[in-house]
Amino acid sequence: MNARPNDPNSPELIAQHGLSDEEYGRILEILGRPPNLVELGIFSVMWSEHCSYKSSRHWLKQLPTEAPWVICGPGENAGIVDVGDGMAAVFKIESHNHPSFIEPYQGAATGVGGILRDVFTMGARPVALLNSLRFGAADHPKTRHLIDGVVAGIGGYGNCIGVPTVGGETSFHPAYNGNILVNAMCVGLVPQDEIFYARAAGIGNPVVYVGAKTGRDGIHGATMASAEFNEETEAKRPTVQVGDPFTEKLLLEACLELMQTDAIVAIQDMGAAGLTSSSFEMAARGEVGIEMDLDRVPMRETGMTPYEIMLSESQERMLLVLRAGEEEVARRICAKWGLDCVTVGRVTASGAMVLRWQGEVIGEVPIAPVSGSSPIYQRPREASPRALPIAAQNVPASVDEASALRQLMAGPDLASRRWIWQQYDHQVMADTVLGPGGDAAVVRIHGSKRGLALTTDCTPRYCRADPVQGGMQAVCEAWRNLTAVGATPLAITDCLNFGSPENPRIMGQFTGCLEGMAKACRALDFPVVSGNVSFYNETEGQAILPTPTIGGLGLLPDLDRMARLAYPAAGQPLVLVGESVGWLGCSLYLREICGREEGAPPPIDLAIERRNGDLVRRLIADGLVRTCHDLADGGLWVALAEMALASGIGADLDLPEACESPAAWLFGEDQSRYLLAVEPADLDRVLAAATAAGVIARVVGRTGGDALTLAGANAICLTELTKLHEGWLPSLMSAA
Amino acid sequence: MEPEQAEARLTVRAGVITFPGSNCDRDAAVALAAAGASVTELWHADTELPRLDLIVLPGGFSYGDYLRCGAIAARAPIMAEVVRRAEAGVAVLGICNGFQVLTELGLVPGGLIRNAGLKFICAPVELAVATRRSIFTAGYGTEQPITLPIAHHDGNYVCPADKLARLEDEDRIAFRYVANPNGSTGAIAGVLGPGRNVLGLMPHPERACDPRTGGTDGCLMFQSLIGALG
Repeated sequence: MNARPNDPNSPELIAQHGLSDEEYGRILEILGRPPNLVELGIFSVMWSEHCSYKSSRHWLKQLPTEAPWVICGPGENAGIVDVGDGMAAVFKIESHNHPSFIEPYQGAATGVGGILRDVFTMGARPVALLNSLRFGAADHPKTRHLIDGVVAGIGGYGNCIGVPTVGGETSFHPAYNGNILVNAMCVGLVPQDEIFYARAAGIGNPVVYVGAKTGRDGIHGATMASAEFNEETEAKRPTVQVGDPFTEKLLLEACLELMQTDAIVAIQDMGAAGLTSSSFEMAARGEVGIEMDLDRVPMRETGMTPYEIMLSESQERMLLVLRAGEEEVARRICAKWGLDCVTVGRVTASGAMVLRWQGEVIGEVPIAPVSGSSPIYQRPREASPRALPIAAQNVPASVDEASALRQLMAGPDLASRRWIWQQYDHQVMADTVLGPGGDAAVVRIHGSKRGLALTTDCTPRYCRADPVQGGMQAVCEAWRNLTAVGATPLAITDCLNFGSPENPRIMGQFTGCLEGMAKACRALDFPVVSGNVSFYNETEGQAILPTPTIGGLGLLPDLDRMARLAYPAAGQPLVLVGESVGWLGCSLYLREICGREEGAPPPIDLAIERRNGDLVRRLIADGLVRTCHDLADGGLWVALAEMALASGIGADLDLPEACESPAAWLFGEDQSRYLLAVEPADLDRVLAAATAAGVIARVVGRTGGDALTLAGANAICLTELTKLHEGWLPSLMSAA
Repeated sequence: MEPEQAEARLTVRAGVITFPGSNCDRDAAVALAAAGASVTELWHADTELPRLDLIVLPGGFSYGDYLRCGAIAARAPIMAEVVRRAEAGVAVLGICNGFQVLTELGLVPGGLIRNAGLKFICAPVELAVATRRSIFTAGYGTEQPITLPIAHHDGNYVCPADKLARLEDEDRIAFRYVANPNGSTGAIAGVLGPGRNVLGLMPHPERACDPRTGGTDGCLMFQSLIGALG
């Protein structure tokens, strides 16, 4: 960076604020003068990758965001869809990766706190939390410490505030050794005519600060989330925020109560970049100005500077624009809940942010150029090398099938996650119909017979092998999981976790995944309504696997017409929906049993995906199917084993005649498939419906006994399998 | 219970207290209303109570539970009147955090410390109904265990030997865990106060009042209460 004559800001100071030479030049143009420190801090956070989406925004445009049932797409605090009867679901997923690696308990806890606020700031009462966690190798020295802290942090926050944590996923891979992923999703419900937006309006209206006091925690959190990790990361621990779920509960109740009055014009939580982003974004959306007296902001510590106040990421805070004269109403409700409620400024017509400290103007920045004209980059990108398909006959069987199943079911990828979700209150609010451990969680819409189906999904190894297919598969997997319980998939929220966008190969992964996601979203009428991009997930140049986590939401119109994982009885035929060619490339079997992490991932035909899913959903809606599981990691026999473990009843699986590769049949990961258990009397109708819909479906076995068998042989006793499946995680966590 | 059946009796007046940080107050109110009670929301800062037949201290994290669980709630403005009513014979039910508050108040003996495994546990548990001699448990049989969910970090019941002996002698242990999940003394999950009109328990009956969301074994407690108080 070049030193500029007559500029008090040294190149080092500018670089510390994460601004490039070109970006700083643009700031000089906007202001017509060098920024002072407060202003420099504002540009630094507002133009950070985390807040400005400068490397991703161009590419995100290709995602479909509209459908007749979408009420609010990306751009607000969360996305909103119509779920019938005048109600709307508000939902979003967000990453808290870097903080959770540095300080797992607080990092994960405040990730939950932040996503809750994104939802209730729109007027919705949060009704469910999910989380998608990616850890390093199970035997990596840091992994256990990180699991322990992250799980305790998620539980500590969600359990206290009283919102059930109903689902999610956890996986392990060495690519996350130095950079774990903690993605938290929240879903809320609100009557459609009671939604609140973050658009400041009404010249002269008061700008009001509500919630916890401002401290020095989290300063530069957004900037930290916009840089790679290195050996000095440990020193960044003070940039991690500290959560207080009790205050969040008070803030939630106070906000929802205040929303029942007519006092609020606009409301936004102070999340990443705190007071800066909340005030700038509300003003930008409303095309107005704001002036604030920063010395009025409630402070937790003495001696805080305006710079620290603007950049603090202290948690549990909200910024509101109230109707003039309604401050007393807000103060009364906040006092009831024991919260600060202070008028810190007002809306102006100036189009600028004017900051005062003890009466003197200490910063003045035009709003539109900061919020709207942040730099946008189309960074160079490079396609991933093509992964070649692997033919099943080229995968020599190294162990017998039953041993392979035991090993998979008791391994890091598929072993029971009970140790994790038992630490989450998944039943508070008393509307949880399906909790953790199935395809999708189901939460009843309070007081009705309808339910929301919720899931988070991604298969990162597919995304690395073929970003386009991987992106497509992540969306399809979410759609399939919602379908498997009988829900109509409505929309998704995405959390796009990647390495450094400045690396062309990573940028190629990112745009490839987006391309695949966009195709799948279009083909399945499954638009994206909210989301978050998390770049720079790498340590010492080692990037994570490309991980576009998909949070899916669907609607179950009648909870009496819902499918579960567990079949109810012995003697039920098992029906496999979808085609099996035996695709072992990129499969768990290939990696875990054969030690080969390679090959092209299974391809997806989106027309078949849709046809198969639409059939399964109709069969459930017609009451013909009450047991269903989608086939994913590990393929057919793993899916059946999971159903059997949930049921406590065994099952026999057929081997096709002249089966050349039993492993490909049992563990191949061909897509767009479901396994159903049906009443014998309903079998003909189910098969006839499949034929009529042009869907491949056939009987592949039947339920019964106390073991899993293969064509009547190779028995694996369920008791033994339960012990293996349930034992892995507890023994990992209790190992000395 | 069908609404007509509930109508046939005198309506039972139940109050559910909301402390800052309570999070099962709504769930308790919904379960009580479904069992036929008329439910009044009570606020921790109130000092007077309306006429009530039943007072419920719900689950949650009152005042954040940053001190000993339930310690601050036990000193809330409303509690002086709750104690007076309890001593006058009004039924008081403390669930989870409410049980912790009852022990802090001394309305039931003992205390609740961190689970033996040190982790929060959310799971359905089997419970033996240890006595039917109370308005809370009269509706249960003692032969078959019931299933209710637990969700707590501090549910490990401790009680000095003399007080425990007295609890046993006076048949005031209401529920015991079939498989002790948290290290509780005597696998105790719920205890009655000396007048048998106060029950504190860690499991959540209000989450087991609907076959769709957690079974129905909790309903029997509320129906039993409504039946006895109506």
